[in-house]
Amino acid sequence: MTALLPRRGLAQILALIVILAVDRVVSPQFFDLRLQDGRLFGSLIDVLNRGTPVALLSLGMVLVIATRGIDLSVGAVMAIAGAIAASLADTHSLAVVLAAALGAGLICGLWNGFLVAVLGMQPIVATLILMVAGRGIAQLITEGRIVTFSSPDLVWLGNGSVLGLPVPVAIALGMLILTGAVVRGSALGLLIEATGGNARASELAGVGTRAMILSVYVWCGVCAALAGVIAAADIMGADANNAGLWLELDAILAVVIGGTSLFGGRFSLLLAVLGALIIQTMNTGILLSGYPPEFNLLVKAVVVLTVLLLQSPKLTGFAGIAARLRRTKA
Amino acid sequence: MRGLPPALITAIVLVAGFAACAVQFPNIASTRVVGNLLTDNAFLGIVAAGMTFVIISGGIDLSVGSVIGFTTVFVALAIERWGMPPLVAFVAVLALSAAFGAAMGAVIHVFDLPPFIVTLAGMFLARGASFLLSTESIPITAPIYSTVSDFALRLPGGGRLTAIAIIMLAIVTGGALLLHLTRFGANVYALGGSRTTASLMGVAVGKMTVKIYMLSSLLAGIAGIVFSFYTSAGYSLSAVGVELDTIAAVVIGGTLLTGGQGSVIGTFLGVLIQGLIQTYINFDGTLSSWWTKIATGILLFAFIALQQGLVALARRPLAKSAGAAT
Repeated sequence: MTALLPRRGLAQILALIVILAVDRVVSPQFFDLRLQDGRLFGSLIDVLNRGTPVALLSLGMVLVIATRGIDLSVGAVMAIAGAIAASLADTHSLAVVLAAALGAGLICGLWNGFLVAVLGMQPIVATLILMVAGRGIAQLITEGRIVTFSSPDLVWLGNGSVLGLPVPVAIALGMLILTGAVVRGSALGLLIEATGGNARASELAGVGTRAMILSVYVWCGVCAALAGVIAAADIMGADANNAGLWLELDAILAVVIGGTSLFGGRFSLLLAVLGALIIQTMNTGILLSGYPPEFNLLVKAVVVLTVLLLQSPKLTGFAGIAARLRRTKA
Repeated sequence: MRGLPPALITAIVLVAGFAACAVQFPNIASTRVVGNLLTDNAFLGIVAAGMTFVIISGGIDLSVGSVIGFTTVFVALAIERWGMPPLVAFVAVLALSAAFGAAMGAVIHVFDLPPFIVTLAGMFLARGASFLLSTESIPITAPIYSTVSDFALRLPGGGRLTAIAIIMLAIVTGGALLLHLTRFGANVYALGGSRTTASLMGVAVGKMTVKIYMLSSLLAGIAGIVFSFYTSAGYSLSAVGVELDTIAAVVIGGTLLTGGQGSVIGTFLGVLIQGLIQTYINFDGTLSSWWTKIATGILLFAFIALQQGLVALARRPLAKSAGAAT
């Protein structure tokens, strides 16, 4: 557990608690949970469920950002995977649908990784290409329509439940554990951090930086594809125009809130997912409070700025004091 | 002239593309179509000129689309609801957007933060602010709007060069002069080449950063006013995603996204190429509009790959001499 949650997670956990408390004030039933038809219902479960796509995206994104990269194409990849899943759902089995959609995500990730690791393009530019073209490709697949489906298997993926939890939440949890086990259970995480910290030094020290960069983009693509399938399953259809629109920004925001620096290096999977939950708790809170959802963007902007200023190298004086306080406590 | 060769390639692509379109649809080669091309892409040309400065200086500005949206809503509300004279409303909104850009530039410089994430916050902020002002589409009925919309220079062949197209051409020309002929422009290139070197050479990096983002937001504000002329309305959801089209136009125009190289003229040609793709799709009639995105993506890739190749070529002798030294 200590590998997943370093001591620096305190601020994020506190932030989540504060936002939850505010939510409790604006909506007294916020913490109510009830079990119905073998599934838990309530605002908290709703937050988890709605937060799943961004949480999945942030799982891939945090690894990419740890290598000092960025992936702007995840929203477009979601649209592609959703489009593929929706158009195959009624004629093929769930296994084929998932394999095709995730395979598409893998190819997208491979493309991004190839541009960044092999051609040496700037990540922001390399992934911009797929961000622009990806939505066009998704519409090519859906032929410009909103493709709906009724396959019970795929619908279950978006709306069913496992052990009382909604399936998307269970999948996200599974992916978090899987990614955590692979990345932190081996030296892989360290190598990724080394690549982000100083690619050239790591290369000279014998780290296969190209393979590292390629694989994080591939993983990011697969996570995005999974998020796309879940988003499509949730609404029982694929909308190439709007699926995953601007979610890349939320995912980046989640990673930044989770304390991972955009300059690469140290990262935390758990805190990135926590960041996604913080964003979703805020969104839900604003909806429940009866404020118009227009406030969402303003609140988000203020949160980004606050987090950025706290992370700013120029404000390390403040952070240094906080760290010293923590050290004396420990 | 720095940055001209890539822009030359853009020009060749544009001319070749235009010729190919004209062969298939002879009507494309008329002043009417060209006039419309300029009018339809006027706001994009203006905002892309500003983005060129930001990208050459090594930054990026994701907030421009939101600033355009905010401007249209603000102008519409100011004229229609608050009873401001249109010119006062324009000056007010331009002052606001310039201040907004200056603030982003200041945050980027003072706190040493990546421009990408700061302008992302700016994007949320400006879009959120325009939602707060109004979420409905507000028609603008001020007389100046119909005057400006009706004004056009007749071109031979029945084409019309509209007022907003003229504004765009003037700003592109002004931008090109500012970038290539003034000290400010030279400093922009210096910043993009290397921030540290520029600072050591005596460029006031902080002031420049503030000014560059101020210019970008100011031009986004002007683009917003032009957009409100184009649609005769203010709507908080207008120009969503324009930042992407803008960045794409700048890159297709031969500006290096790592900074240090590029030209406003190239960007202008990049805007025209995107407009040409759109026009071709309209003429064809059977292709859907999403082909624009795919074609833009392919062009983006081609141009970035080309730049990558050029940069690699330029670096090769350096790497060799470094290898010989060790």
